[in-house]
Amino acid sequence: MIPIVYNVRSVIRRPVSTALTALGVGLVVAVFIGMLALANGFGAALAKTGSAKNVIILRKGADSELSSGLGRDVASLIASDPHVAIGTDNRPLVSPEVYVLIPLAKSFDTTQIANVVVRGISDQAWQVRNNVAVTEGQKPTSGRAEICVGSRLTKRFPHTGIGQTLHFAGRDWTVTCHFTAAGSAFESEIWGENEQFMPVFRGEVFQSISFRLKDPAAFEETQRALQADKRMTVDVHRESEFYAQQSQLLGRILSFLAVMITGIMAVGAVFGAINTMYAAIAARAPEIGVLLTLGFKPWSVLVSFLAESAFIAVIGGLLGCLFALPLNGIVTSTTNWSSFSEIAFSFRVTPALLLLGVIFAVVMGIVGGFFPALRAARLQVVQALR
Amino acid sequence: MKYLGLVLANLGRHKLRTILTILSVALALFLFASLRSVTTTLAATAQLGGARRLVTTNATGIVFVLPLAYGNRIKALPGVTGLSWANWFGGRYGDGKSFFANFAVDAESYLKMYPEFIIADDQRAAFLRDRTGALIGKRLLRQFGWKVGQNVTLQGTIFPGEWTFTVDAVYTPNDPSLGDDALVFHHEYFDERIGRAGIAGWYIVEIDDPAHAPQIAKSIDDMFRNSSAPTKTGTEKEFQASFATMWGNVSFLMSTIGLAVVFAILLVTANAMMMSARERTGEIAVLKTVGFSDRLLFALIMVEAGAMALTGAALGLGGAKLFYPAINFNGAGFLPGFKVATSTLVVGGLVALGLMLASGLVPALRAARLPVVQALRHVE
Repeated sequence: MIPIVYNVRSVIRRPVSTALTALGVGLVVAVFIGMLALANGFGAALAKTGSAKNVIILRKGADSELSSGLGRDVASLIASDPHVAIGTDNRPLVSPEVYVLIPLAKSFDTTQIANVVVRGISDQAWQVRNNVAVTEGQKPTSGRAEICVGSRLTKRFPHTGIGQTLHFAGRDWTVTCHFTAAGSAFESEIWGENEQFMPVFRGEVFQSISFRLKDPAAFEETQRALQADKRMTVDVHRESEFYAQQSQLLGRILSFLAVMITGIMAVGAVFGAINTMYAAIAARAPEIGVLLTLGFKPWSVLVSFLAESAFIAVIGGLLGCLFALPLNGIVTSTTNWSSFSEIAFSFRVTPALLLLGVIFAVVMGIVGGFFPALRAARLQVVQALR
Repeated sequence: MKYLGLVLANLGRHKLRTILTILSVALALFLFASLRSVTTTLAATAQLGGARRLVTTNATGIVFVLPLAYGNRIKALPGVTGLSWANWFGGRYGDGKSFFANFAVDAESYLKMYPEFIIADDQRAAFLRDRTGALIGKRLLRQFGWKVGQNVTLQGTIFPGEWTFTVDAVYTPNDPSLGDDALVFHHEYFDERIGRAGIAGWYIVEIDDPAHAPQIAKSIDDMFRNSSAPTKTGTEKEFQASFATMWGNVSFLMSTIGLAVVFAILLVTANAMMMSARERTGEIAVLKTVGFSDRLLFALIMVEAGAMALTGAALGLGGAKLFYPAINFNGAGFLPGFKVATSTLVVGGLVALGLMLASGLVPALRAARLPVVQALRHVE
């Protein structure tokens, strides 16, 4: 085996060429990680929204909360269902919810209007959704025009500070608290009491009913029982699956973009690597001749040059990780077209993603280095030494 | 011109390297053109809308409807010359995986107000006559393999049940940004099936003069200010633009990636240029000795870089221009009228020119400044 030090030293001998190639690979890796971090963050926000222990009920055929509608009769049937868990206060853990979108102007640019989710909940909802926590202020008092604002909204929309009033649906609503929900889509919502929202929005109708399962393992049985119930026509979803499914459309678009854009970029970068390696080998033909004369086998030369190419790529990959790392946590927002609502989420650069980026770089390096390395291995000693 | 042979010979010396460099420039500019076209297409949809059309929606939000009874009151306002209304239906076809817009419209007034939809006369008449008929965009014919005269069944998501329509007519929009993948059907039939609820998602108001738009919009909104369903009226362009802004900072994202792509490729080409110039150090010294001026050598290397950059640009930009229409791309319905605009080609060309300058400059300067004696010392 040719010692790896030989390759490392060779690479260091031509710093500009190495740096340019590595930087090129680095940018590809950075875009790759960045785009996947975006898709990742979006998926994570929605996946975390639902809990596997909860069930969400929509009208049969409705594909989102927006298009659903359930009467009070359904709400009371669910509340008395034996599959529903009972809270510490002996009341069923059920939240029949009103779900609408309202247009709000953004703080930084008031011509940009976002469709923000307004969710009317029962006071059980804070227990049903146990990832939700009030960070500041007091929960809305029943019977008052008060709201609690998700933490992702407070920076991006005006009049969302505690004690301020937000005007929508023809009324003023006082903000009494802010809440977090473990980074989930709930953080992009405004919560208030369902009985307050019903008359000002769509009248006597809920959009969804969420409840905690008494026995989390009994989801299938619950689903069968409720969907077979002749008194209502509903679809029963596991809450976690429902929200994950809401992310599919946009998630697919984002992943497709990530693969397509980085795929094309990667081909360009591989071409660059091929050029660099061919030039390097052409310039070092005598050296290779010496190596072969010394008795190193051609395959050993091949491996050596592949390693060199991979080494440059790894430098590039690490650079790419460095470029992509600051993206972590940056909040961005877009419309989730499945629910038509605006959702804010952060780029999530995970260790697994960084590793994937470096692996991607190595693959680029090996693919780009293969043919040049093959040429090096096949050099005729006599010719090379001339 | 007499140096053309020399430049070509230099490019042909390492054919593989030249081809790879040109291809990577081509890929970069293809990607650049694609990303920029997303931005320009979104901007173009935001510019849609007739100057004489206003849109009235529920002030509370897009998911809320308006009473059908508002129609007559709006029509009676001075300056209003026409009125139509529509309601979002949100039906799904088949497994629901391919999304397309579908909504109910007051057909007669709607088609009168939208001359943008080009429909064959006999089909138009058939659609207007048929209460359960549907008018569909040309793309849907291909996408689902539908035929004129066929019955299609949609699953209602907002309005439950199975809704069967007869495909009576096909439209082609005169502006591709309008999209050719919508299905519209009769509001009359819609209203009847949902039990005469008397609702309209939005009104389209035709006015006599675009200059009157703010004033008429205000009088419509004033009229319903204290009703149970207050309205928000704006020009059709504002209505369209509000959908475009819903993408958030996608445009910013696209341009950032575009920059990264261009920059990455710049590095690749610059590297290739530098390598080929370095290999030729001795040769350049010889050329200088036989009387080539510094300026000429500088120009020759720049031309070589330029030839690669511009060939790559022509391939990449031309490829993008031809590729997207060939596959009839519309971004799964999100980017109707996706088009590589002329401005993109111009900007792409400028990027290529910049690429040439940046990647050729260092090696060209080095060649021009090369001290002959020193360089020749290394030549065997």
